[in-house]
Amino acid sequence: MEKKEDQQLQQEEEQVVNPWEVSAKDGGKIDYDKLIDKFGCQRLDQSFVDRVQRLTSRPPHVFLRRGVFFAHRDLNEILDAYERGDKFYLYTGRGPSSEALHLGHLIPFMFTKYLQDAFKVPLVIQLTDDEKCMWKNLSVEESQRLARENAKDIIACGFDISKTFIFSDFDYVGGAFYKNMVKVAKCVTYNKVVGIFGFTGEDHIGKVSFPPVQAVPSFPSSFPHLFSSKDDLRCLIPCAIDQDPYFRMTRDVAPRIGYHKPALIESLFFPALQGETGKMSASDPNSAIYVTDSAKDIKFKVNKHAFTGGQESIEKHRQYGANLEVDIPIKYLNFFLEDDAELEHIKKEYGAGRMLTGEVKKRLIEVLTELVERHRRARAAVTDEMVDAFMAVRPLPNMFD
Amino acid sequence: MGSSKDQLLVRLKELQIDFSQYEHPVVLTVEAQAKYVGNKGGALSKNLFLKDKKHRYYIVSALADTKVDLKVLSQRLGLGKGGLRMAPEQALGEILQVPLGCVTPFALVNESARHVSLLLDQGIKTQERCFFHPLSNDISISLDAHGLDKFLKSTGRDPSYVDLEANPPVGKDQPPDLAAFIPSGSTVLPDLPDEAPASQDSTGNHVSAGTKSAAVIAVKPSGNVQNVKEKPVNGARPSIPSANAGKFVEELLDKTSTLLLSEISEDSIKQHGGQLGTEVVNNIQKCLREDLKNLATIFKNTAYTEGFYAGIHYQPKRL
Repeated sequence: MEKKEDQQLQQEEEQVVNPWEVSAKDGGKIDYDKLIDKFGCQRLDQSFVDRVQRLTSRPPHVFLRRGVFFAHRDLNEILDAYERGDKFYLYTGRGPSSEALHLGHLIPFMFTKYLQDAFKVPLVIQLTDDEKCMWKNLSVEESQRLARENAKDIIACGFDISKTFIFSDFDYVGGAFYKNMVKVAKCVTYNKVVGIFGFTGEDHIGKVSFPPVQAVPSFPSSFPHLFSSKDDLRCLIPCAIDQDPYFRMTRDVAPRIGYHKPALIESLFFPALQGETGKMSASDPNSAIYVTDSAKDIKFKVNKHAFTGGQESIEKHRQYGANLEVDIPIKYLNFFLEDDAELEHIKKEYGAGRMLTGEVKKRLIEVLTELVERHRRARAAVTDEMVDAFMAVRPLPNMFD
Repeated sequence: MGSSKDQLLVRLKELQIDFSQYEHPVVLTVEAQAKYVGNKGGALSKNLFLKDKKHRYYIVSALADTKVDLKVLSQRLGLGKGGLRMAPEQALGEILQVPLGCVTPFALVNESARHVSLLLDQGIKTQERCFFHPLSNDISISLDAHGLDKFLKSTGRDPSYVDLEANPPVGKDQPPDLAAFIPSGSTVLPDLPDEAPASQDSTGNHVSAGTKSAAVIAVKPSGNVQNVKEKPVNGARPSIPSANAGKFVEELLDKTSTLLLSEISEDSIKQHGGQLGTEVVNNIQKCLREDLKNLATIFKNTAYTEGFYAGIHYQPKRL
């Protein structure tokens, strides 16, 4: 993503977080407190987690318990309305830039499925094939094909077809959706969008006019076949925090065109296997665990490539314990090990040096293998017809059941 | 109404397909046809109109000399040994809209033949020209494979040629090599008197062969996949997950039984005694709840998809 030349220096000194680039300061870790400050969103504290548990009468999702989803905007309003009996709908999406999905990609979808089940609300999922066509210079056909392939992995996360509408921009933009896009576009000056997203004079006009496409699924009137009588319906958007700029823009525009501001619930970035400072990249298959990895692959990747906080020798390790701050297996277990008590135990023992890195890695391999297996089985049950059905513009009469 | 031979010939000319035509008295067999055009510089073709047990239709178009064994073809299509028969006469008229003795790939120009699968003998490609009937058996036209392909593409088909004489083994590890030729889409024609409406059993949903990739993954030996246990009944097509209530229940019972057995051991009996029942139930509910819900969601989504597919292929009542 090009940046203005004169801003270059300034950017290098700070961390960069936007939809197309995420990098920490000086190759260090992302400072989430600073990010929340800079973006202006709120911390998700324990009181929220407890409230969600009360309202949904079920244990909160592991991502909530462990602070993976750690920031929000207006979540309290959504919960207040829900308590009064006013429902909401969920909106999330994926930019289909590659066929191979890794675990980091699945995180917002796993969490969104939990939200759909717990609150019993409908969900729209946007596949921004047009965005990837523009930014990654893919052909139209290729980006559409990737969108459908990714849809299969998304469906495999377990969404309920009677409450879920998946759409690709190339298929769906038009009609009421486009009307909202124009309404939004009229409210955002060129200067503003350059300021938010960092476009330059060299960027083509497709990029400059894309942001409204990702903004308008936040408005129920964009989906007349779903929400025709419910113009007042609120929207909650689970996403990774790098998507915040789109929705800052959307929230700014919404009241001006008579709509509710969408609420957000935002997640941390999923670290690469090589550590927080490493980048997960599609060109390096060893930087992440893919949903197509075999048990053997997972074992190899974790054993050979996971960055650990263990000490160099067993003696040193027993003496000083592991550095949990940088240890990737612990971080991954934080995401995926359901049992709170077991995780605490591992952290305690490993941090004290009584448990060795090998053991922690072994447990992680078990957890990841089970996860990937379950996903693969679910994926095998997804047919092209099922994708067609999820993506069909059809009413969802039971979406709040 | 089906296309007439004149309409077809006009269309061939419009597509700029090079062909020669010869009129002759009506012929019903290849031998009879040979008398009139056998020496006109083109190979003769024999064309078979076939039907399988699920009322799907096929045209096999081959050089007159190519040996076509229906038993072998049936296996290669995945229909088992005796799955293919000659189609009844009425089907010729209803589906191909041609008279007896006039089966020809050109009949695929008709809308009624939309779901008929075409198997072309690769021998046709070796000939300079090949003879076919253009919807009427008082004419024969000869054209080359390239011209035939052009015509077929204009009907929206993708022509592909097969070695019809090959006899590859078909078994557990060797899937039927012609399985892709099984037609998709509805083939029920209520007017044909000797056809019972195709009773769609749960594995018989006409889901297109485009699901091959999903099916290939399904056939890999991986854990509890719902459809790995589904051996192709009738060897119909690669197993496609269907909302089979019986199998679903079996999977649920399997999971529960496995957990139950692991929970009940000498140690656990000693530990909990009479309370073992309550203890086991609690554990089962805790461990299995999410797993079983996921299975149920997959089942629901599959059933919904079957209904959706049926809905979009629904043929409104004729008034």
